Amino acid sequence: MSGSIRHITAAAEPSDSPRATGGRAPDPHRIGGWMPMREYPETEEVDFAIVGTGAGGGTLACKLAEHGFSVVAFDAGPFWRPLEDFASDETEQTKVYWTDERIVDGENPLKMGGNNSGKSVGGSTVHFQMVSLRFRPEWFKTRSTFGYGVDWPLDWREMWRYYDEVEQALKIAGPVNYPWGPPRPRYPYRAHELNAAAQVLAKGAEAMGTKWAPCPLATVSAPRGLSPPCVYRGFCRIGCSTNAKQSVLITWIPRAIRAGAEIRDLAMAGRVETNQAGRATGVHYLRNGQWRFQKARNVVVAGYSIETPRLLLLSANDRFPHGLANSSGLVGKNLMTQSNQAVWGVMDEEVRWYKGPPSLAINEHWNYVDQHPTKDFVGHYQWLSQGPLPQEWAAVQTGSRKLWGKALVEEMKKYNHQVGLKMVGEQQPQERNQVTLADETDQYGLRIPRITYSWSDNDKRLIQHALGQMEQHLRAAGAKEIFRQEDDTNHLHGTARMGDDPRTSVVNADCRSWDVRNLWICDGSVFPTVGGVNPSETIQAVACRTADRIKQLSRRGEL
Amino acid sequence: MTNDRYPGYDVLDKRNTPSWNEQTRRVVDARLAIPREPRFFSESEWQTLSAVCDRIIPQPKDRAPVPLPAYVDAKLLANRGDGFRNAKLPPQREAWKRGLAALDRDARRIGGARFHELDVARQDALLKEMERGELSGPAWGNMPSKLFFSQRVIPDITSSYYAHPTAWSEIGYGGPAAPRGYVRMGFDRRDPWEAVEAKPGQEGAARRENRRVG
Repeated sequence: MSGSIRHITAAAEPSDSPRATGGRAPDPHRIGGWMPMREYPETEEVDFAIVGTGAGGGTLACKLAEHGFSVVAFDAGPFWRPLEDFASDETEQTKVYWTDERIVDGENPLKMGGNNSGKSVGGSTVHFQMVSLRFRPEWFKTRSTFGYGVDWPLDWREMWRYYDEVEQALKIAGPVNYPWGPPRPRYPYRAHELNAAAQVLAKGAEAMGTKWAPCPLATVSAPRGLSPPCVYRGFCRIGCSTNAKQSVLITWIPRAIRAGAEIRDLAMAGRVETNQAGRATGVHYLRNGQWRFQKARNVVVAGYSIETPRLLLLSANDRFPHGLANSSGLVGKNLMTQSNQAVWGVMDEEVRWYKGPPSLAINEHWNYVDQHPTKDFVGHYQWLSQGPLPQEWAAVQTGSRKLWGKALVEEMKKYNHQVGLKMVGEQQPQERNQVTLADETDQYGLRIPRITYSWSDNDKRLIQHALGQMEQHLRAAGAKEIFRQEDDTNHLHGTARMGDDPRTSVVNADCRSWDVRNLWICDGSVFPTVGGVNPSETIQAVACRTADRIKQLSRRGEL
Repeated sequence: MTNDRYPGYDVLDKRNTPSWNEQTRRVVDARLAIPREPRFFSESEWQTLSAVCDRIIPQPKDRAPVPLPAYVDAKLLANRGDGFRNAKLPPQREAWKRGLAALDRDARRIGGARFHELDVARQDALLKEMERGELSGPAWGNMPSKLFFSQRVIPDITSSYYAHPTAWSEIGYGGPAAPRGYVRMGFDRRDPWEAVEAKPGQEGAARRENRRVG
C-alpha cells in the first residue's frame, strides 16, 4: 500500500529539484510549458541579486530588468505551474506555504505558516486572498497627523501614481466608484458578482448606515491574455489552479524573465557577503545541495518580515557584528501584524460560502473615522466578508469556541449557513515585538528565527471596538448564533523600517540601507506603520517606486 | 452512510466530473489509500492515539470511519510541520510521544488502566483536564498539557478529519472545484453539482436529488 502512495507522489515534483535551469524557466501559464530565460555566471557581477520573489522582490526584479539592469532573483520555494501542480485540496496545498520551523513566543504568539508565509516563486501572493487596497493618504504620516506611530518618508501623492501602476499591472477587478479616500481611476476590470456571504456584509452596512463596496481583487473578471475569468471555485487562499488570480508568479515574474532577469528557484540564501570597504559583494545560497556564491554589484533582501531580518542577522561578520544594516539596532524590531479577529453567525438561508473568492465585499468605514464618542483607541480597521474552507473553519470552531467531540461535529454541519465578518486592523509598532535568532538550526544548517509578539493595550481596545461593530453589523444582516473569534492575526510588516534618520530607521525612502550603501530591502519589512488594509498592493507600489529611483540614481552615478 | 442533513450526498460521486482535475484525483486517491497501521508510532502509542481520536471526533458506527490515527501518524512520519512552534513545546514528534505516554500515566493514576481501556466518561474527563492544563508531572516534563492539547491534539486530529471526503459530505461542502468552479452565487442557490440540504419532511426528495449530484 505504501508503494502505491510513493508511486502517486513521486513524479518529478517541482519541490524536489530546480526547474529554472538550462536556459529556460517554467511558463506558469502552460501545462508543461517553458520560456527561454537568460542565465548569468556566478563569477559575473550582476547589477542586482535579489533574495525573494514575492510582492517586493518579484515586482522589483521585473521593473529593474525592464530598466535594463542585469538581475538574478533567488527564491527558496518551487517554481510552480499552477495549471498542472495545484489541486483543489487544503492539505495538499500547504506545499505553497513556508512551513519550516519558527519558534513563537511573547504574550500573543503569532501563527505562522499558512497564516502569512509563502515559500514559492511569487512568494505569499501565490496564496494571498487578492484583496488589493490603497493606503489611506494620512497613514503615510500617522505621527504628524494623528500623533501615533511614525511617519513614512514617502508622499502619498507619489504613491497614488504607483498604486495606479500596480492596479493596471494586475488588472484589478473593482467597482466604478470606490466610496472611500481620494478619487482614483476606475478599476481596470469590472467588479465581481457578490456571493451570498458578501451580500450579508452589504445588508449589514445598509441596515447600520455605513458604506460597503465590492472588494477590489487581483483576480480577473474577464479574460486577460492566458488568464481565464475567475470561475468562483473558492480555493484562492491555497493557490489558484486556473490562473485567474493575478499573483506575482503569473504577472511580474514572466515579465521579468522576458526582460532578461534570471530566476533561481529552490535557492535558499544563507548569508550576504560584505568586503572590507563595507559594501555587499554577493549572496551565498544553497541550491541542489551545494552552497554557492553569486557576485553582485547590489544586493536586495526581499524575504518579508521574518526572513529579511533573519538573513541580515545571519550575515553578521567582524565588520558588522550585529548583522548587516543594523547600526540603528532596529533590524528585527517593530514587527507588526494586523488584527484579524472575526464575528461569525448563522443565516436561515443557505449561503454556501465556499463559492467565489472569500472576500468579495468590504466595509472600510472605520478606516476613515478619526473621532467618535466610542473610539477609545488610535488607529483604524476595516472588515471583509468571509468564506473559509472546511479545515480553516474547523480551526475557528476549535480555536475560538473550544469545541471538540460531538459538539464540534454537530456545529460543523451548519457550514453552509455560516457567515462572518473578519477585520484587518492596524497594530502599533513596538520594539519588543521582534525577530531574533534561536539556537536551533534548520535543514539548511541555518539558525531558525524566534518571533516574539505581544499586543499593546491600544491594539486590544481597537480589537474590542471592531468586534462590537462587526457584531452589530452581522446581527443587522439577520445572522443568529453569533460568536466572536478573538485571537487571530494575519499580515506581517516592519523589522527593517524606512525613515529619514539613520539612527531610527534601517533604510531610507528608496529602500536603501543607511549602512551598506549597495544593500537594499524591498518587502513589507520596510513599513514603519501598517494602516488598516491588506499590504500587498502597497508592497508592490513601493517596489515600483524603488525601481524608478534606482534608475534615476544610476543615471546620476549615485548607485 | 449516516448523513442526516445531506442524505445520500457523497462528494466522491463528483470524482469523474469537471469539478476534479487530475492532480486533485491523485491527491485524494492517495489519502483514501493511506495504510491503516502505525508507521511512526509504536503499537502501544497507536492504541492511545486511536482512543484520543475517537473522543475528539466521535464517528458513527454505520459507516467506515475516517482513519484519523493513520493521518496523524503519516504527518509525523513525514515530519510535515506547520511553520511555527510555541516556544514552550518540543518539536511535534517529541510532543506527541511524550503527550501520549503522559496521558497513559495519568490514566493509570486515576483509573488504574491505560487510557484506551478507560470508559469514555473517564477518557473525556482526562482530556478536559488536559485542555485546562491540569495534567502535569514528570511524564509531561516541561511541556504544558494545555498547549499540547490546543496546538497538537486538536489541530492535528480535526484537520485530518476535515481533509477527508467523508467529512466534506457530512457538512454538505462542494469539495474540489477545478476547473468547473461554481455559477450560482446568491442566497439559497445551488448548482446541480452541489449537495441538497434536506428540509424537514423532504428527506426522501433530497436523497433522490443528491444521487444525481455530479
